[in-house]
Amino acid sequence: MYQAIVFLPLLGAVFAGFFGRFVGPRACEVVTTTLLFIACFLAWLAFYQVAIGGHDVRIELLGWIHSGELKTYWSLRVDTLTAVMLVVVTTVSSLVHLYSFGYMDEDPHKERFFAYLSLFTFAMLALVTSDDLLQLYFGWEGVGLASYLLIGFWYKKPSANAAAIKAFIVNRVGDFGFALGIFAIFVLFGTVQYDPIFASAPDQVAKTMDFLGYQVPALDLICFLLFMGAMGKSAQFLLHTWLPDAMEGPTPVSALIHAATMVTAGVFMVARFSPLFELAPYALAFVAIIGATSAFFAATAAVVQTDIKRTIAYSTCSQLGYMFAAEGVGAFGAGMFHLFTHANFKALLFLCAGAVTHTLADNRDMRRMGGLRKLMPFTWAMMLIGSLALTAFPLTSGFVSKDYIIETTWFDHTTVGLYTYWMTLIAAFLTSLYTWRLMFMTFEGNFRGGKQAQDHVHDAPWTMGVPMTVLAAGALFAGLAFRHLFIGADEASFWRDSIALQEPAHHDVPFWLTISPTLGMVIGFLIAWYCYMWQPLLPFALLKRFPAVNRFFLNAWYFDALYDFLFVRPAKRLGYILWKVGDGTIIDGIGPDGVAARVIDITNRVVKLQTGYIYHYAFIMLIGVALLITYFIFTGGGLAP
Amino acid sequence: MTVGLTHYLTVAAVLFTIGIFGIFLNRKNVIVILMSIELMLLAVNINFVAFSAFHGDLVGQVFTMIVLTVAAAEAAIGLALVVVYFRNRGTIDVAEIDLLKG
Repeated sequence: MYQAIVFLPLLGAVFAGFFGRFVGPRACEVVTTTLLFIACFLAWLAFYQVAIGGHDVRIELLGWIHSGELKTYWSLRVDTLTAVMLVVVTTVSSLVHLYSFGYMDEDPHKERFFAYLSLFTFAMLALVTSDDLLQLYFGWEGVGLASYLLIGFWYKKPSANAAAIKAFIVNRVGDFGFALGIFAIFVLFGTVQYDPIFASAPDQVAKTMDFLGYQVPALDLICFLLFMGAMGKSAQFLLHTWLPDAMEGPTPVSALIHAATMVTAGVFMVARFSPLFELAPYALAFVAIIGATSAFFAATAAVVQTDIKRTIAYSTCSQLGYMFAAEGVGAFGAGMFHLFTHANFKALLFLCAGAVTHTLADNRDMRRMGGLRKLMPFTWAMMLIGSLALTAFPLTSGFVSKDYIIETTWFDHTTVGLYTYWMTLIAAFLTSLYTWRLMFMTFEGNFRGGKQAQDHVHDAPWTMGVPMTVLAAGALFAGLAFRHLFIGADEASFWRDSIALQEPAHHDVPFWLTISPTLGMVIGFLIAWYCYMWQPLLPFALLKRFPAVNRFFLNAWYFDALYDFLFVRPAKRLGYILWKVGDGTIIDGIGPDGVAARVIDITNRVVKLQTGYIYHYAFIMLIGVALLITYFIFTGGGLAP
Repeated sequence: MTVGLTHYLTVAAVLFTIGIFGIFLNRKNVIVILMSIELMLLAVNINFVAFSAFHGDLVGQVFTMIVLTVAAAEAAIGLALVVVYFRNRGTIDVAEIDLLKG
């Protein structure tokens, strides 16, 4: 059964990828989606057995690398943490497969699309079921590859190609640290298997390691390096720049990869290594700071975006920041819980945004939307549910998980915890502001996209509607339904030893603390309502008044420009020099081109010897004969003297 | 004065040299080259016959016969080539025959 969960998507990918052109797009859609739904069903079964029933599973499939002390296996490790991820991944993936029926309706390359989607799902499942770091790295790179392929799915669009390459390269930066972390783990522990690492981790606390000439605490260093990989994959502050650009890909991809699953791989990885992270206080503080900063920073950027998908992308970045903030203060269960609920409502928001842009002929500019509530009431209702959950409206899933995170950061009682608390609290206010701004700009007021576009607007077909409905149910009820397992009374028996449970005590929560995120949410809603419903001209006046402020946030604090200046352009210049001077002039000049030029020079001179007159050749032959004879005469003609 | 081997060899050497110079100094006509080659072959023949008489060994004279035969065939083929060449290029001027020029 567990093998089937992981390998059914691979089967679908191989079928659609290699045989798609023979069986046609419809067969590919149906086969991959059916396989995914089977995998999803099995994953829920596994969740029941493993997480609720309490039976961890470990299956060794194949040996992989056996070299010296290094022993790695292809294996499936299904404990509670993995089971949660299995459920999230297969559920969202199967719903997105179904949704793509409608969304990719008119695309000519459906076989390829479904093959990539299934391939991604397989890689993600291989990632979450890994039992050692090498398989984790395999899945890590596999999802990166699939993400690259899917962002650049519309390969005729230059912007899509650029975004795909950007995503890949920014992830390489993080993966570089991740790989170094794996090496460091092998050096320190002599193994890459999880269990021996976690078992001997407490003995390594005081050890130091030589890094760049400094003696640094070994565990802190390892966790810091591992977290670098998580920062890249989960688009955290400093390595976030690829995520907004990744919205060039088809919207189902954004929902699956860049909201619900792949970007949460970093959160999963930190939770997986929680036994290590909780022994590394400095690295953990770093995680909290980066997470809180991301939550705040991405929310500020989301407030002024005009592109509906980019708004949600920054929102994703911000919500991932919440998860890391929770993990940074030691509440790994809370981080995973927010991952779980966030997958529901963020995938839902993306699917709704996809339905909107799909019906508007791929227009993603919110300034040319509006009034869609009456034209597509179903999508509006779904998006409303998603927005309520995202802004943590009481009793929705976002409320349960996000407000718990904010409370947890307060109870950390450290400077880092306080910083995290304020950042996440302000981010909660901003979240409400940008979410309602998005809702009002898209669905209220008058339609601003022109008469022709308005006539085309229609609600989504059932293939798109069903996934949205399912996710909406998740967005509303997943929080309350699973609260007692993830962060409530049963958490110890739920997580068992799959993550480190050392959360700050939540004994008596003061009332103001409980109410503060909700208060921020209400203020955000009121400001959004005032600016976009009551006084719709006010935002324009503000825009005119403070254009620089708007530009600063629209460009997400100019990180792209900064990186362009610091890294991209010097790299390009260096590459240009190496290309023109290093390769063109020096290597080619001395090597192939130089040798060829010398050969031509010499032969041009030799050619002059060829006069073409027979008597010249004959004369030279004669001279040759004469010389030979002379030689033989003087040396005795080869006879013994 | 008796005519000895040296005289024959001298005549042959003179003939051979004339043949060589006939080839190299001739700038006009391919047929002259053919004639010069004949002259060189004759010089060789005289050497053969002279040594044959000197050593009293008939093999040299037999070889001369063979050389004469080959020379006749060579002259025939050479003249045929010259005829064909003239038909193709309209000249047999030695200075004009430079298709091998690089």
